[in-house]
Amino acid sequence: MKPAAFAWERPDSLPALLARLAEAPAGVKLIAGGQSLGPMLNLRLVEPALILDITGVPELRTARVECDTLVLGACVTHADIEDGRVPDLTGGALRRVAAAIAYRPVRNRGTVGGSLVHADPAADWVSALTALGAEVEIAGRTGRRTLPVERFVTGALAVALGADEILVAVRVPALPAGAAWGYVKHCAKIGEFAHAIGAVRLEPGAGRGRAVIGAVEGPPVLLADARPLFGGRIGADFAARFDPRAADLALRDAGMADAVERHIHVTVLGRAVAAAAAPDPRANTLPEAA
Amino acid sequence: MSREGVGAPLPRKEDDRLMRGRGQYVGDIRLPGLHDVAFVRSPLAHARIRAIHVPKAYRDRVFTAVDIDGVLPIRAVSGLPGFKVSEQPVLATGKVRQVGELVAMCVAPTRAEAEDIATAVVLDLEELPAVHDMLAAREPGSALVHEHWGDNVFLETLVDVGIESALDAPIKVSRTISTGRQCMAPIEGRGTVVQLDHRLDQLVVHTASQMPHIVRNGLSECLGIEQGRIRIVSPDVGGGFGYKAILLAEDVALAWLALRCGHPVRWLEDRREHLTANANCREHHYRITAYAERDGTLRGVDCEATVDSGAYSAYPFSACLEAAQVASILPGPYDFPAYRCRTWSVATNKCPILPYRGVARTGVCFALELVLDAVARAAGVAPEIVREKNLVRPEQMPFENITKKHFDSGDYPEALARALKAVDVEAVRARQRQDEPDGRRIGLGLAIYCEQAAHGTSVYSGWGIPMVPGHEQASARLTPDGGLELRIGVHSHGQGLETTLAQVAHEILGVPVARTRLVHGDTAMTPYSTGSWGSRVMVMAGGAVAAACEALRDRAVRIGAHLLQARSEECRFEGGHVVGPTGDVPLEAIAHTWYRRPQDLAPDTDPGGLEVTAGYKPVRDSGTFSYAAHAAVVAVDPDLGAVEILDYVIVEDGGTLVNPLVVDGQIYGGLAQGIGTALFEEMRFDARGQPLASTFADYLLPGAADVPMARIDHMETPSPYTRFGQKGIGEGGAIAPPAALANAVNDALAPLGVELLHSPITPRRIVEAVLAAETPAVTAREAA
Repeated sequence: MKPAAFAWERPDSLPALLARLAEAPAGVKLIAGGQSLGPMLNLRLVEPALILDITGVPELRTARVECDTLVLGACVTHADIEDGRVPDLTGGALRRVAAAIAYRPVRNRGTVGGSLVHADPAADWVSALTALGAEVEIAGRTGRRTLPVERFVTGALAVALGADEILVAVRVPALPAGAAWGYVKHCAKIGEFAHAIGAVRLEPGAGRGRAVIGAVEGPPVLLADARPLFGGRIGADFAARFDPRAADLALRDAGMADAVERHIHVTVLGRAVAAAAAPDPRANTLPEAA
Repeated sequence: MSREGVGAPLPRKEDDRLMRGRGQYVGDIRLPGLHDVAFVRSPLAHARIRAIHVPKAYRDRVFTAVDIDGVLPIRAVSGLPGFKVSEQPVLATGKVRQVGELVAMCVAPTRAEAEDIATAVVLDLEELPAVHDMLAAREPGSALVHEHWGDNVFLETLVDVGIESALDAPIKVSRTISTGRQCMAPIEGRGTVVQLDHRLDQLVVHTASQMPHIVRNGLSECLGIEQGRIRIVSPDVGGGFGYKAILLAEDVALAWLALRCGHPVRWLEDRREHLTANANCREHHYRITAYAERDGTLRGVDCEATVDSGAYSAYPFSACLEAAQVASILPGPYDFPAYRCRTWSVATNKCPILPYRGVARTGVCFALELVLDAVARAAGVAPEIVREKNLVRPEQMPFENITKKHFDSGDYPEALARALKAVDVEAVRARQRQDEPDGRRIGLGLAIYCEQAAHGTSVYSGWGIPMVPGHEQASARLTPDGGLELRIGVHSHGQGLETTLAQVAHEILGVPVARTRLVHGDTAMTPYSTGSWGSRVMVMAGGAVAAACEALRDRAVRIGAHLLQARSEECRFEGGHVVGPTGDVPLEAIAHTWYRRPQDLAPDTDPGGLEVTAGYKPVRDSGTFSYAAHAAVVAVDPDLGAVEILDYVIVEDGGTLVNPLVVDGQIYGGLAQGIGTALFEEMRFDARGQPLASTFADYLLPGAADVPMARIDHMETPSPYTRFGQKGIGEGGAIAPPAALANAVNDALAPLGVELLHSPITPRRIVEAVLAAETPAVTAREAA
């Protein structure tokens, strides 16, 4: 398991990186933490001619708050978030998600941007950031654009990113006061990829909310308007109103034919709803995992 | 008991090296001019080879079957009647019979370059139907792995001890029970570095092996060169579990390559090769019926057992040892009057099945203990009642069971009683009757086994495989400064032998453990041995070391007596000194005299001096029978299928414990592997014989969070047949956990009408079973 030969460059600025990306031959790959690309190279699932290491671009490693939006550079690591080295506008939600990603050595190197661009359906950020209503910021030679995460992730291992573009930042909106957040994943073994993810971001006061069922075959199933899961209304009693049949129907509509799979995903979503209603007091320190 | 002798809980002296990362493994060997090998392996499970295209630029660096003409295939025969022989070509000829089979060998200065060459080799294969299901493979009309056999059965066996008498029993419980295919997954995979020593005219083969001398036998036979020209060195070995008790085709290929190229060559197995091409084990299928009285007393057991043996018979254990053992050990620690067992060892287009810690015992224990729980439910009694009624009782020991196994000693019911007490069965059942706040269900599971270990000539000669253990030998040598060197042919690959065998020597000679060095893992420096397997080392090598040290002691006493101007009969040996009527002389002085001042020796001194090789066999070589009762308490989430082990108790009897710390370590490690078998590990194949896991992301091993701190209680019933009463315990920890955990999960889910009979018990299988039990009609319709 040794990779095929490749060239390696580490540009030190975004313009340099974009310029190199534009002129590079086909078969260029960007690497940040390398936690997915590394094994893929070793298994020769990918054999790029050139690898551009983007961690030398300072801008990509920073995080900042713009009004009520948290802007995470693409190369911010899971451990940066877990350890509180970046600001937080989500009441600890991001931190708890980060703390339960894989294993600590993976979190030390793996990045939020890399995880989104790799777009493994079982990855935590793909589901969690979709539920949080986050956007990605994309830079190309001709300028910048933003996309909601749910439009960026187009399929399993597929994203809406041009060959000459890179994801530079993730923009996470603040979780407003009174909002409820629940995130639960189910793994066959702690630290391994999730078999089911449920995430809800609910605003009972405003009567609205989003729900995500993740770790499915394609991109996560998003209910941008989650009211059907709660009998048509999201109020303070949302947990009691959660209707597993509505979630099951959403999964049927999404094409999930396997009843066992649906049962597991609906159960996990139900537990995410329960977690949102009655946050475990320990949840601020413990990873969330089913 | 002396402070360092037999029974002392000494920390392992080798851990200072191993835990600091200073071990020396095959992968640490650096030799000038070393080249790496990557293999071109079959991507198909079953295919005819039409052509192998090697790019012109690589013709001198790629070797195929035509190049190694003259190297014989690996033949692991069995003397059991009806056994069909497979010939495993070192590099494939004509057909490939498993994914991962070696087709071509590519050599380059680095592994990465060798892999580049391997990807440039193009195989022209004509795919054949894959034999992937052992039951279907037994049916007429199946594709054939070895055409000239006419079927796919390596061996069929039948034992029938009056099963007719049981058929009218009031309780009859039948189950189909199976265990998944596994991979052994030691931390270190296989690896081989071969160099030519021109001075000695020897092939020096560094290979991670549990049995260096057996590897030499096999290499000599395949290469057709005399054994004196082969030296096997097995350095530190990072876990064996049976996988390193096998001669691989890779070993033979590398040895040939070193002869051909003249420079050192290396192959280090990577994890993908390990998982997909080599380390398979465990896949069993049982149709088992228990006959019992209404109170749970067994009248008989009837079983049809099939083992998926894979494509080839592995050297030296053969393709049928597993299934043939099933027939002889299925009755476990129980006494019942009627028994029938038919077994099939079936060839399929999968990797050869290899012996993994516990070997057939883990599957057998799973099948029997699950069916005993089913008997308990049918009889309406608690599972411990069925076991109490049927366990061999201590007053029956030594006991010859229904398959003529000779149980040497023990108190099986006491082990069960202690386990029930330790786990507090009443408290667990009281908790079970109440609803858990989180909706989970509590279950209690039991499993008991006995483990034949260190069985010798009389047992193995009957199997007729290439390796039959005889007397085990050890050499003991005092150094001129009074230190001790022990040479043994078995190998320590994590068991702590550098400590425990030094303790055995200390028991006899009083030499400090720190001053005793173990020389092992090198055919040039050690007595012949079949190696480390079958939980045999502490019985066999322990006995041999004791015998050699005793002979050494007797010679030391004679020299010491002379130095004390006394007669030998007047002297005794005590605490490392020869003590006579007028004084004493330490071993150091005796060694100094023999080596450095021979002028002080008696004229008629024994010319053998202070170096002794002694051989050993137990009084009976039918094996020791250690045993254990395992009790597991689990919480099962019926909606997601998650299983948490709340408590795990092991009451174990390994006879006299040479080092209780090491024994505990063996049990903990075995338990971790048993939990893997029970809940996580499974190598699945699709209908084309493709393995469905190639990394540890797909093949799940238990992690730290999945293995509870088990509570271990020791009983110490000495074996009447071994030197110190010790019994083999190396494998036991891995035998019972799948059965105990499955029984616990089934106990938890029984109120839902769920019974799981296949390992591993994955979350998916639990949820499937729960849903099927809840709404059988709906699920059946949707499945259709």
